[in-house]
Amino acid sequence: MSVLVTGTRYGGYLPVLHRRRTAHGRGFPLRLELRGITKKFGALVANDHIDLIVEPGEIHALLGENGAGKSTLMNVLYGLLTPDEGEILIDDVPRTFGSPRDALRAGIGMVHQHFMLVPVFTVAENIMLGREKTTGLAFLDRRAARREVRELSERYGLDVNPDAVVEDIPVGVQQRVEIIKALTSDCDLLILDEPTAVLTPGEIEDLLEVMRTLRDDGKSIVFITHKLKEVKAIADKITVVRRGTIVGTAAPSASEDELAAMMVGREVSLTVDKDPAVPGEEVLSISGLTVTDERGQHAVDGLDLELRAGEILGIAGVQGNGQTELAEAIMALRPAVTGTIRVNGVDISNSKTSKVIESGVGYVPEDRSADGLVKSFSIAENLVLNQYNRAPFGNSLTINPDVIAKTADERVEEYDVRTLSSRAPVGSLSGGNQQKVIVAREMSRKLNLLVAAQPTRGVDVGSIEFIHKRIIAERDTGTGVLLISSELDEVLALSDRVAVMYRGKILATVGPDTPREKIGRLMAGVTEDSETSPSEEPGA
Amino acid sequence: MTTLATAEVAESKAVHGFWTRSSKAGIAYVVLGLVAAWLGTRVDDGADAVFKIFWTGSDIEVKLPAAATVFVLAALCVLAGATLISPAGRNLFGWGTGVALVGFTLAFVCFSIAKPGVFLPVTATMQGALFLALPLILGALCGVLCERSGVINVAIEGQFLVGAFTGALIGTLTASAWAGLIAGALAGCLIGLFLAVLAIRYLVDQVVLGVVLNLLALGLTGFLYERIMQQAAEKYNAPPKLGEWTIPLLSKIPVIGPALFDQNIFTYFAIALVVIVYVALFHTPFGLRTRAVGEHPAAADSVGVRVNWVRFRNVLMGGLIAGVGGAFFTIGSAIAFNKNMTVGKGFIALAVLIVGRWNPIGALLGALLFGFTDQLQIFLSSMPGGSPIPSQFLSMLPYIVTIFAVAGLVGKVRAPAADGVPYVKS
Repeated sequence: MSVLVTGTRYGGYLPVLHRRRTAHGRGFPLRLELRGITKKFGALVANDHIDLIVEPGEIHALLGENGAGKSTLMNVLYGLLTPDEGEILIDDVPRTFGSPRDALRAGIGMVHQHFMLVPVFTVAENIMLGREKTTGLAFLDRRAARREVRELSERYGLDVNPDAVVEDIPVGVQQRVEIIKALTSDCDLLILDEPTAVLTPGEIEDLLEVMRTLRDDGKSIVFITHKLKEVKAIADKITVVRRGTIVGTAAPSASEDELAAMMVGREVSLTVDKDPAVPGEEVLSISGLTVTDERGQHAVDGLDLELRAGEILGIAGVQGNGQTELAEAIMALRPAVTGTIRVNGVDISNSKTSKVIESGVGYVPEDRSADGLVKSFSIAENLVLNQYNRAPFGNSLTINPDVIAKTADERVEEYDVRTLSSRAPVGSLSGGNQQKVIVAREMSRKLNLLVAAQPTRGVDVGSIEFIHKRIIAERDTGTGVLLISSELDEVLALSDRVAVMYRGKILATVGPDTPREKIGRLMAGVTEDSETSPSEEPGA
Repeated sequence: MTTLATAEVAESKAVHGFWTRSSKAGIAYVVLGLVAAWLGTRVDDGADAVFKIFWTGSDIEVKLPAAATVFVLAALCVLAGATLISPAGRNLFGWGTGVALVGFTLAFVCFSIAKPGVFLPVTATMQGALFLALPLILGALCGVLCERSGVINVAIEGQFLVGAFTGALIGTLTASAWAGLIAGALAGCLIGLFLAVLAIRYLVDQVVLGVVLNLLALGLTGFLYERIMQQAAEKYNAPPKLGEWTIPLLSKIPVIGPALFDQNIFTYFAIALVVIVYVALFHTPFGLRTRAVGEHPAAADSVGVRVNWVRFRNVLMGGLIAGVGGAFFTIGSAIAFNKNMTVGKGFIALAVLIVGRWNPIGALLGALLFGFTDQLQIFLSSMPGGSPIPSQFLSMLPYIVTIFAVAGLVGKVRAPAADGVPYVKS
C-alpha cells in the first residue's frame, strides 16, 4: 500500500494514469502536517510558526477571527503563497508547493471563500478547466465532464445541473460546484474557506451534511470559519488561531464562550445589551420601490418598508436578494425606477446623494474599500469626506486643515481607532479600524436615519462589539437605523424588528425573538402559506 | 413566470415610456426609408439598374426598372422601421435592422447605377469585398486571441505595418513570396513580443502601450523605407505576389463561385484560420483555458492554469496572424511598400473585433461588411459617368458604416471580464 501511495502522490506522470483508473480519489485518507509555517507581508507576520496536524478522515476546524491568518495559512498550503519558513508534510513526506497545480497533484483541494468559478462558463466547463479530457481529435470531451458532474452529484447528494451557466445559479449551488470541482481533481483533503458565509441557514445544514458524507467517504476536511455554532456542530477537532499563531486546540464539547475567549484572547460578551426601543415619528417610509441591477433585472421589486425614529430595523436575507440595491437607492446612488422613498416625509427618491446626506442620512456602505473610504487619503481626510465643504471644516472654495486635524484626533480617540497618527493613510489600518473610521464619520453628526450595510463584515470581534454598541447608542439618541446584514446573528442581536428580504421584496416583518428556523425558511423564500409549494424558480 | 418574461418586463419598465432602443431605431429606419423613396423620385424615367452576375461559366445581365425597385426597397425599409416602433415588433430587433439596412443599401446602389451604360458586376464586387476584408479578418483574429485571454491589443496597426514592410523586403530579397509571408508573420510576432513583455511582465497600461507600439512601427518602417527602399526600389521593394489558387469545379458555382474559390492564397488561409480559431476557442482545452484566463484569471490559476503563460502565448500567436495580415498589403498583390500604407486598417480590425463580439465568426462577418462598403465605395467613385455624390463623401462610407455598426447594431456587448487587467498573484 505504501508503495502505491508513493507512486501515486510523488511520481511524475504515473499518477495521471492511475487517476484515470480510479475516478475520484484513492479512497484512503491523507495525513497532513504543517511544521513551523511562517509567512510575512512586509512588517506584518500573518503566520507565525504555525504547527498543525490534520489526521486522516477528520473534520478539522480552524477557528479564528477575520484577519487572524487562517486564509493565509491555507493559501500557503494550497500553493498560492510561498511560506518564508516551515515545512508541509503529507503522509510524513515533506513537500513544497510552488503552485496550486502541485497541491492538487498531492491530493489537496480547496473551496475558496470567493468562489473560483468563471461566471460565463457552464458548470461542466468550470469542472473541466485545468484538467480537460479530450476526445480523439483533441476536442473537449463535454460529455465526460457532464457525466462526472452527475455522478458526483448523486454520490454526495449535491444537486447540480452540469449545463447551467454559473452566473445564473444561486450562491449555494455555486458552492456545490466548487466542491465537485475539488472532488474531480482527486483530492483527499478538502479545504473549505469560510464556506457558510454566503448561505442561508437551510443551505448551511445541507452543507454540513455533505461534509459528513465526504468524511465518511474517507476525505479529510479543513474547515475554516469564525462561526462557533457550526464548529461545534461538525468538527472532530478544533484549532484556534489568533493573530497569526496557534493559541490552542479544543474538543467540540467546549462551550461557545470558551471558544470565543480563545479566539479573541479575552472574555467577550456574545450578546448585545440594549434597552427596549422607544419608537418615535416615522423617519423612513418606502413604498412600491423598484430598482434594477446592472443586468436590468428587478433587484428590488415593489418593496414597502417603514422605519421609526429610535428603532433598529434589521434586514435579514441571503446576500444578493436586493439589499445592496435597496441601500444604494436610498442614498440616491442608484435610480429608483418606480416608487417613493420618504425621509421625514420628504420624497428623496432620485434626488442627489448630497441632498440625501444633508437631510440627515448616514451611510455605512457594505464594501468599505470601494465605496466607503479613499484608501490613499489620511484618516483625517476620510473623516470629513461628507462635510469637507461645510463649516467648520471648510467652505465651497477652501478647506481648513487645522480644524480637520484637530477634530480627527478627537474622533480617533473617541472611536478607538488604533493608529499612530490621524495623518496615516486609511489603507494602512486593519479592516476593523477602517470600519471604525467610517462609523466615526457617519455617526459624528446629527442623523435622522442611519443606513448600515454589513457594518461588521470582515471586522475583528473587538471592533464588532464596539460598532454594535455605537449603533445601539445611535438608536438611543432617536435615530432610525436600517441595519442590512447577511449575518443572521447580527440582525437578531441588534434589531428591534426584523424584515426578511427575498428576491427584492420584504416577505415578512417579525420580532427578533422569532425562532431562527422560521426566519431561515423565510430567507429561503418559504412563507407559511406557500409551505407546500416551494418558491417559484426562475428560468422555467 | 419565465426568465425571458421577467427580462422583458424589466426592460420595458426600466426605460421610461416610448423611447426604447427598438422604437428609436425604428424611427431612424423610417427616415432612411423616406430618404430612399426620395432617391427613387430622382431616378430618370425608364432607367434600368443593371447587375452582372456570374452564372455557369459566364456573366449574365439582370435588368430591373430602377425607380420601381428603389420604391419597393424604400417601402421595405419603412415597413421594417414601423414594425420596430410598434410594441409587437420589439423582439424582432435583429431582423428589422437587417431588412432596413440591406434595403437601404440596395436602394442606394440601384439609384447610383441607374444610368445608361452602367452596370454593377455583382460577383466581382463580392470578390473585391472579400479581398479587402482579408487583412481585417486576420487583424480581428489577432484581437480575438489577445483579448479573449485578457490582453488588449491596439497595436494591430503596427503589426500590419511591420508585416507589410518585412514581407516586402524579405520577399524581394529572396524573390520568394512565401519567405516574405513568413518574415512578415515573424515581424508581427515581434511587436506582439514587445506588447506581451511590457503588458504582462511589467504591467504597462495596455492601451497606451499599444499606441506607442503603433507609433514605433510607423516611425521605424517609415525611416527604413526612406533609407533602404527608396534608394534602390527594384532591389529592396519589388515584392513578388503570392499566387492564386483556382479550385476546380467549386469556382464554377453560380454567383459565389469566383468570389470564394478563385482567390488569392491569403483568402483560403484567412477563412481556414477563422474556422480553426473558432473551433479552438470553443471546443478545445486551449480555448477553454484562454477564455477562463480572460474572464477570471484567479479561477484559472487556482486550478493550475498558468495565466501569464497563456496570455503570452496568445499574444505571440496573435502577432503571427496580424503579421500575415500585414504581409498581405504588399505580397498579396505585389504592391511596393509605402509609408503608412495600412492607413488605419489595424484600427478598423479592432472595430471589427468588437462588432463581431470577440467571436471569430462575428469578426468574419464584420470584416465582410466593411470590405463590402469599401468595395462599393471604390466602384461608385470610379464608375463611368461618376457618382452624384462627391467622392470624398463616398470614401467616408466604410468608416461611417463601422461607427454605426459599433454604436448601433451591436448594442451592449460584454468584453471578456478581465480584458486589459494584468494578473498579479497576491
